[in-house]
Amino acid sequence: MPKTYEPIATTTLGTASATVTFSSIPGTYTDLILVGNFGHSQVNEGLWLQFNGDTASNYSLTTLYGNGTSALSARESNQTKAFVSYYVAPVNAISTLTICQIMNYSNATTNKTVISRSNRTDTGSNLPGTEASVNLWRKTPEAINSITISLNAGNIISGSTFTLYGIKAA
Amino acid sequence: MIGNIVAAITDGGEAATDFESIATVTLSGTQANIEFTSIPGTYKHLQLRGFAQCNRSTYGTDDIKMQFNSDTGSNYSFHAVRGTGAAAESTSGVSQAHILLVPGAGTQTGTATFCATITDILDYTDTNKYTTVRVLNGTDLNGTVAGFPGYVALSSGSWRNTNAITSIKMTINTGASFTQYTHFALYGIKG
Repeated sequence: MPKTYEPIATTTLGTASATVTFSSIPGTYTDLILVGNFGHSQVNEGLWLQFNGDTASNYSLTTLYGNGTSALSARESNQTKAFVSYYVAPVNAISTLTICQIMNYSNATTNKTVISRSNRTDTGSNLPGTEASVNLWRKTPEAINSITISLNAGNIISGSTFTLYGIKAA
Repeated sequence: MIGNIVAAITDGGEAATDFESIATVTLSGTQANIEFTSIPGTYKHLQLRGFAQCNRSTYGTDDIKMQFNSDTGSNYSFHAVRGTGAAAESTSGVSQAHILLVPGAGTQTGTATFCATITDILDYTDTNKYTTVRVLNGTDLNGTVAGFPGYVALSSGSWRNTNAITSIKMTINTGASFTQYTHFALYGIKG
């Protein structure tokens, strides 16, 4: 039986870094799954993705999140990055988990949609909660061959891990 | 479930064969429904991963009706919490003729924007309990459709029948059809 669900690459940061990039992503899968377990160096800075180095305003977001008191929703249109975790918390602790489903990433006919689930733990002062998000990347359709992960500001801290998986349909 | 899958994989590369592709449908034109039949009972769970659009002429999204084993009786229920971009909302249905995936499909035909949907169908062969599903859905339209610019939703559904699932059928809630490039892939997860 051929492998259907495979790890493509893994990064564990040895030092703090502003970005993490997966490049030369093979186009041989149907979907990608990005799993991150990470922390950051500044308060309340969301985790963002960019595809194929695209820094234009081709991204948009709808998110749903709960903070223990309220359920809320927000939208961001014409963004330069995809917000997959609207906030991360707390500072300097690896306590935010995100799983991003990058659907039909390798075709050149459809825009790319990312649905993600993120959770962040905290003692209450830095927006702990749970979140589901959908992001649209509507650049003229092309296969995704690189993913750059960054924060709104500050660094992704040492010890953070990101793993990219591929899922292959029959 | 994804977390469990990831854990299994990271325990060793060979475990990746515990997640297997069963069947895939990719549409080359419009089609009223999508159905997976003769689903083998050799897995513990199923995961259905979709990328859907339909030709509903209004609104930005539509929902998908899901039925198992051709059961059209009022044996389903569902709950969903969704974000509209402006508010968090909840919807539900009891004694329904289907589980509703909210939303399930984008409706912007002529564009390249689709709805992503991932449905986990748990213990689908266990004849001692009703079947439960959980769903993560979302479509974003960059605010281009007034009043319906996109949704993201977490849902659960129940089929009050203890039979093993051997088929899954999906139709668009308003009677529209799925459009070209709509893609659904069914995977089996071993226990």
